[in-house]
Formats: sequence, C-alpha cells, structure tokens
Amino acid sequence: MGADPRQPILRMQGVSKSYGAVQILRGIDLDVEAGQRIALIGPSGSGKTTLLRLVMTLETPEDGTIEVEGELLGLRRVGDRLVKDSGAHLRSVRGKIGMVFQHFNLFPHMSALQNIMDGPVHVRGLSKDQARERALDLLAKVGLRNKADSLPRQLSGGQQQRVAIARALAMEPKIMLFDEITSALDPELVGEVLAIVRELAHETGMTMLIVTHEMGFAREVANRVLFMEGGHIVEDGEPEQVFGNPRSDRTKAFLGAVLHR
Amino acid sequence: MNLTVFLPALLKGALVTLEATLLSAAVALVVSVVVGLVRLSRFRLLRGAALVYVEIFRGTSALVQLFYFFFVLPIFGIDLSPMAAGVIALGLNFGSYGSEVVRAAVLNVPRGQHEAAVALNYPPGLAMRRIIFPQALAAMLPPFGNLLIDLLKATSLLSLITIGDLTFAGKSLVQSQGHVTAIYTLVLVFYFVMALMLGRLMQAAERRVPGATAGGGR
Repeated sequence: MGADPRQPILRMQGVSKSYGAVQILRGIDLDVEAGQRIALIGPSGSGKTTLLRLVMTLETPEDGTIEVEGELLGLRRVGDRLVKDSGAHLRSVRGKIGMVFQHFNLFPHMSALQNIMDGPVHVRGLSKDQARERALDLLAKVGLRNKADSLPRQLSGGQQQRVAIARALAMEPKIMLFDEITSALDPELVGEVLAIVRELAHETGMTMLIVTHEMGFAREVANRVLFMEGGHIVEDGEPEQVFGNPRSDRTKAFLGAVLHR
Repeated sequence: MNLTVFLPALLKGALVTLEATLLSAAVALVVSVVVGLVRLSRFRLLRGAALVYVEIFRGTSALVQLFYFFFVLPIFGIDLSPMAAGVIALGLNFGSYGSEVVRAAVLNVPRGQHEAAVALNYPPGLAMRRIIFPQALAAMLPPFGNLLIDLLKATSLLSLITIGDLTFAGKSLVQSQGHVTAIYTLVLVFYFVMALMLGRLMQAAERRVPGATAGGGR
C-alpha cells in the first residue's frame, strides 16, 4: 500500500451525507494526488465543510467509501460487508490526516507548548524531550516561540490559530485539512495565519484540502480548485482556469458575486 | 452551665463528624466519577445499570438507606461496623447526586474539544483523561462544594445508628446536663464553623484548577 506512486493519497467514492432530511453531499467522487493543494470554494451550505469533516471521521457517510493511501477510512471489511471501524486500525489510517478548525479548538487547560506536545507524547509515544524540542521548533516556525507557556486565553485569535496549526503539524499528518481557518478572526489577524499556510505550502509540498472564503488566498496557494454547490462538485480545475475562465455558469455567478462586492 | 464539660465533649463529637464527612466524601467522589462516566458509556447495559443506581439512591430516603445498611444487611449475614455502614450509605447516597454533577460537567465540554481530540487521533479513553475530564473538573467543583457541605450536615443522621458524632454528643449532653438552648446553640455553631471551613477548602481547590474561575474559552 502507499507504494504505488499513481495511487491517490485520498479517494472518495460515491460519498453521500445528509442531516435529517437535508442532503448535504450527493455522491461525491474525488481523487486527490499526493502534493495537491485543493481549495474548496462555493456558497455556504454547499457541503465543503462537511466533506472535510467526513475525511476527518468527525462524521460518517451514509453511503460511499473514503480511502487513504488505498486503505478504508472509518470502515472495515468483514466478509463482503463494510462495518464501522474503531480501535487500532481506524487510528492507523486516521493518523495520516490532520485538521485545523475555524474556532481553533485549542485545549484551554494547557499552555501553547502543552497543546502541541500532548498528542506526540500520549498518542504517538514520543519521549517528552523529543516532543518538547519538536514543539518548540514548530512554535518558532509559526512565530510564537516566546508564547510557549501562554494559555490559549492569553493569546489573540490569530496566535491561537497559529498554535493550532503547529499542533496539527506536530502529529505529522500526510493530509492537512483547513476548515475556514480565518473566518473567526478579526480582519487584521487574517494575514498572519494565511502567511503560515502559504509558507507551509511552498516549503513542504504537503497535501492540503482548504475550505476558504479568501479567494485571493485560494488562487495563490492552491494548485487545484473545486467549486461546490448543492452537495456536488460543479467544477474542478487549476486555479487559473477556475478563477480566470470558469466553465460552469454557476461558478461564474458565484465568483462574480464574491469577487465584485 | 459548664463550658469545660461541654466543649471537650462537643469537640470530640465534631471530630467524629469530620471523620465521617471526609470518609463518606471519598466514597461519594469515587462513585460520582465512575457512575457519572458510565452514564455516558457507549454500552447500553452499563448505562442502564448506572441509571437504576442513581434513581434508587436519589429517590429514597438517606435515613432509611442508612437503617438498611445497619439493621437489614446483618440479617443477610453482612455485619458492618456503624461507621462502615454509615460511610457506605452516605457515600452511595451522595454519589448518586455527584454522578449527575460529573455527567453534566462532562456533557458541557464543547463539542470542538472532542473534535480536536479526534483530529489529533486520541483514542476515546485517552481523550477523556487528558482533554475532556480536566476541563469538566472546573465545572464540577462548585456543585461538589455544595454537596460536601450538605454531606457534612447529613452525617448527623449517623447519630441514629449509635455513632458518637457532634449531634450525638449534643444530645447526650442535654440528657445528662440539661441546658438545651446553650448546648444546641453550640452544636449549630460547630456545624456552621465546619461548613465554613469546608467551603473555604473548596474555594482553594477551585483556584488551583485552571479554567475554574475564568471561563476557559471554547
């Protein structure tokens, strides 16, 4: 597994999801190649965030399968049936994915450093010294080396989100999910957070799925753009094409509305 | 009226009251955490058993429970010392209330904290231990403080199963010396001072738990 260079790092097949009577995703098929940085754009309610949440196993699809490097995520094959997965196998697959949330979700009872170290020590089994050293490096990388001992509530929103990015990176995921990571920030703090992601994109070549309303950022950082609407992927292409010359009328209408406000 | 007789006798009783309070509180605390978490278990049978326990111990009289442990269990061959019967009965009674405190506090930890734990690949037990429970603890302390003071006062029931607690000491003094007003006033003052001390203790605990005083964020 994972050895085949043509195998997608993430594959969604016929994935559907509804909340009650409202269908949010309608049979999504998506292959993501390693190194792709995908911006998911579209009106609210189009299913972008739900798609990320399914990949993070925060939601379970009603239908369809998700594979990471060829291995089923959240499901296990028993005979010819698929059953809900838990335990070591689920975690071995899920460990390849990391996520940064709109509302940061830092652990309020831990300092910035502890937020970053706790997973590596208790989930991945690193020694405390190793984990601390790595956490301090990551804090330096997000420009917060001097805030190691601060509690989340002592940090600005932008700083909290940078710690949250460092925390996700400390688990060394292969795929990073960014869910509207600047939507809860004051406008003057958006830049510092986007700068970190931009740097990450250019330095690491990490696979990313980015849900964002920042069209300029999407265009600049992504190397593939998906426009979603009504639970479908309506358009899928390179940033230049989707932004510059959208094929679908709905993409055109959406971009027209958000770009020319 | 002779204070040199009253005070040592009441002080001795107060120490028994304090001992019974702390032992019962220890039992109640363990029961609260275990039952409170089991109430949130994925397994229906466990959840059901915990609920039955809570309903029974919360829904019947503490005094009758006490009599049950002290007078009825010996009939089935289980002979407990008065203090053991008292501590178990009060511990189980207050544990039923405490388990609801634990359950509510754990449920009140924002969903985003659970989601962050999943995103960082924590197994459920580890997430509870490292992330959810420590945050819930802050919300548990004030209601636990109330229960502790309630428990202190409830130990007066132990005087009815031959334990020489503060209430028992007061009653004995009245029987042997008279002075009803003076003695029962002193007994009230003793309870009040002990309640005050326990209250201060809980406040100190609240200050030591991060997030207990300052909201704690999302």
